Amino acid sequence: MMTENSHTPSPAERLKACSGVDVQLCYQCGKCTAGCAMAPEMDLPPSFLVRLLQTGSPAAYRRVLESRSIWLCVGCEQCIGRCPKEVDIPRLIDCLRSEAQKEGCVSPEASDIIKFHKSFLGSVKRNGRLGELDLVVEYKLRTLHLFQDVDVAPGMLAKGKLPLIPERIKGKREIDEIFKKSNA
Amino acid sequence: MSKIGVFICHCGENISATVDCARVAQAAAEMEGVAYATDYKYMCSEPGQQLIRQAIREHNLDGVVVGSCSPRMHEPTFRRACAEAGLNPYLCEIANLREHCSWVHEKGEATTQKAIDIVQGLVEKVRRNQPLTPIRVPVTKKALVIGGGIAGIQAALDIANCGHRVILVEKEPSIGGHMAQLSETFPTLDCSQCILTPRMVEVAQHPNITLYTYAEVESVEGFIGNFKATIRLKAKSVDEKKCTGCGLCTTKCPNKKIPGEFNEGLGTRTAIYVPFPQAVPNKPVIDKEHCNYYQKGKCRVCEKFCPTGAITFDQPDQFITEEVGAIVVTTGFRVLPTSFFPEYGYGRYKDVITGIQFERLASASGPTMGEIRRPSDGTVPKKVVFIACCGSRDPAKGIPYCSKICCMYTAKHAMLYQHKVHDGESTVFYMDIRAGGKNYEEFVRRAIEEDKVNYVRGRVARVYERADGKLVVRGVDTLLGAQQVEIEADMVVLATAGVANPGAEELAQKLHISYDPYHFFAEAHPKLRPVETNTAGIYLAGACQAPKDIPETVATASGAAAKVVSLLSQDDLVREPLVAVVNRCAPPVYSTCVGCFLCQTACPYQAIEREEIKDRQGRVIKTVAKVNPGLCQGCGTCVSFCRSKAIDIQGYSNEQMYAEVNALLNHE
Ligand SMILES: Cc1cc2nc3c(=O)[nH]c(=O)nc-3n(C[C@H](O)[C@H](O)[C@H](O)COP(=O)(O)OP(=O)(O)OC[C@H]3O[C@@H](n4cnc5c(N)ncnc54)[C@H](O)[C@@H]3O)c2cc1C
Ligand code: SF4
Ligand code: SF4
Repeated sequence: MMTENSHTPSPAERLKACSGVDVQLCYQCGKCTAGCAMAPEMDLPPSFLVRLLQTGSPAAYRRVLESRSIWLCVGCEQCIGRCPKEVDIPRLIDCLRSEAQKEGCVSPEASDIIKFHKSFLGSVKRNGRLGELDLVVEYKLRTLHLFQDVDVAPGMLAKGKLPLIPERIKGKREIDEIFKKSNA
Repeated sequence: MSKIGVFICHCGENISATVDCARVAQAAAEMEGVAYATDYKYMCSEPGQQLIRQAIREHNLDGVVVGSCSPRMHEPTFRRACAEAGLNPYLCEIANLREHCSWVHEKGEATTQKAIDIVQGLVEKVRRNQPLTPIRVPVTKKALVIGGGIAGIQAALDIANCGHRVILVEKEPSIGGHMAQLSETFPTLDCSQCILTPRMVEVAQHPNITLYTYAEVESVEGFIGNFKATIRLKAKSVDEKKCTGCGLCTTKCPNKKIPGEFNEGLGTRTAIYVPFPQAVPNKPVIDKEHCNYYQKGKCRVCEKFCPTGAITFDQPDQFITEEVGAIVVTTGFRVLPTSFFPEYGYGRYKDVITGIQFERLASASGPTMGEIRRPSDGTVPKKVVFIACCGSRDPAKGIPYCSKICCMYTAKHAMLYQHKVHDGESTVFYMDIRAGGKNYEEFVRRAIEEDKVNYVRGRVARVYERADGKLVVRGVDTLLGAQQVEIEADMVVLATAGVANPGAEELAQKLHISYDPYHFFAEAHPKLRPVETNTAGIYLAGACQAPKDIPETVATASGAAAKVVSLLSQDDLVREPLVAVVNRCAPPVYSTCVGCFLCQTACPYQAIEREEIKDRQGRVIKTVAKVNPGLCQGCGTCVSFCRSKAIDIQGYSNEQMYAEVNALLNHE
């Protein structure tokens, strides 16, 4: 006999528990995809991604976890802003990202993106806010794309967009606390 | 000491298969107050009824309990039989031994005992029954129809053609409603005006119809068969008796740039105006808000030119009262404006229009004489995008329901456009195509297959104006694995949601009828009483219930008219006397009612009035509640609210109910 405790939640249930989003609300109108700035780059446009999740099939779920889309989303929230059914796709994607990492099935095409996220957070952790040059240096070290985009650097430097020494903020201790609490 | 007769029916074997009917009759014969008891195979048959009639006469019975099927089935049969034998029918009660006992239990001792208990309960009740007489309410043979769209026109004509008088009240200067604005109508593409205007004229000329345009219902009192409506006739500033409708004033009025309602802002009108050339009545009114004289005190040009001296400035609004027996509400609907949609330009782009505006462009009587010319520069658009479900099926920002008519009119629009602009390209963005209706699916397929309208399944996220002034529609084709689609458009038509009229809630409150969360009026039963409201004598038809197309609107209008006619064809309304009554007793108490009027707030039918009890000098001694038997539906809410036990439902008094329940419970 199955007891309450022995029930292992299905991926769909886990996703719902993590995000609080009911994917069955979506009626596939596609308005999210129509408005999404990243959709043309995505292997699974937002509405398609939601449809795959609706099926509840393990294969479809795997396809979503392995997709490039979940890493391409920039979190602009255009989709949820327009969705007639208020399906919070960015939240879903947040959960899907951590799930993909746990399952070890992150799209190989996403590695640079993840490195960027890590560099971004690293800089914030060090300085309490983003240090632009700091971010660039860490990102380049992580990805070894040493010369990519260097041509824009002089212009940015001249305009003061790339301060050489990162600014620190007053509440650095509180920021440390946040990082500690979120285990990052 | 009462003399009750108990008649136990076997219902073939429906009851006798599990209940020992003879034993029940024997047990009943022993009950206090029972003078006669028997059982029979089919009590509802003629011999069965004869048995009851005979027993009443022979044993001088003063009450009858029939143990049989549900009272819903044969209560009228047995009460009629009793009446034929001279017994007041309300002294006959049904003990439901079939649905409440034999059908739901196994054969056995306990089942028979339960049947005996049920009979015992009813015997105790009947011992306390009083003879009652049905209530007769006289009927005023006249109907009020509110709203002169196609629904109101149809209902008014149907009722009037049956010989009853009709008052038709329309708030605009002309009847016709939305149908008058339409170009051609799906699914047959017949010209809307051509089929509508003859009926408008018929209304105006019908000897049984009194038409009040530019008028609104101010208040309604009374109840079924006996309503009293106060109607406000807004001042038209034109004496209709003198005006010949020559229209000279409308050509002379200097105020020519007012956006016309009939053309949905795509054309202009003057301050003194007739909404459209086929208007009924075809006489102008002055729109005070835009008239130079009313606003600035100077002008009166129309007065100078009017050959019959019909202009009457400073005419006050008039109030009239009409007594009517029935009311039909046909106030229709409206569609959301383009300004409702931020993502489609907030109504700022001139060439983003609503479906009803497109109707005006396509209509031969419209601002472009039926040529499809876009509003911004009057050129013929070569690429038109139609967007379905604008605001509909959008619980987040619009309305959750489907507006029902847009799939069809969008197909019609695209088709009309292709018929008129042969080298034009039209695209329809849709979510689903809902074409459930006679010849509807075929109509949509024709648009796609014959007229080559490009249907794309997906919603549109944005309509924006590019730097070069071109409109761009950014949508998606979900059938291509959710691929973004961008289309340049010369004109965009939004099928905006159909919603309730702004004044609907207020009107519902005036009439004491219910409405749904979207302010559409609510039917008494969505399936079985689709044109009735919860208030007896008030009916509904057309798009004031929910968006409807013309066939459905007309069907409900004729349905409501049939209901009205069947009501008005009676001289009196005979109603069951099972209504609430406030008790009366000897002075100094007069009534146990303390006049708290909690019942008045509780009654869902506004049936409770105030009554002043006066002494001989006419001084008020006490104010008590009084139930209007015409309005009371016998629901009993007031009874449970009354703190001083002053109200009872006739035939179901507290005393009767307690006696019945106690008899059931006292048994071990
Ligand atoms: C763009 C568009 C295209 C359409 N095309 C088609 C088509 O091709 N075929 C088809 O079958 N259907 C079509 N329809 C649907 C059609 O318009 C409706 O079915 C029809 O108008 C409903 O009629 P009605 O009388 O119920 O309401 P309405 O036409 O809205 O009439 C209601 C009337 O009541 C009046 N009124 C409102 N409130 C009050 C008040 N408080 N007191 C007094 N009077 C009041 C209004 O002024 C109006 O005259 C279309 C609708 C739209 C929006
Ligand atoms: S906008 Fe919302 S309802 Fe429409 S497809 Fe996207 S998630 Fe589904
Ligand atoms: S008085 Fe008013 S309605 Fe008459 S002509 Fe002048 S503006 Fe027009």
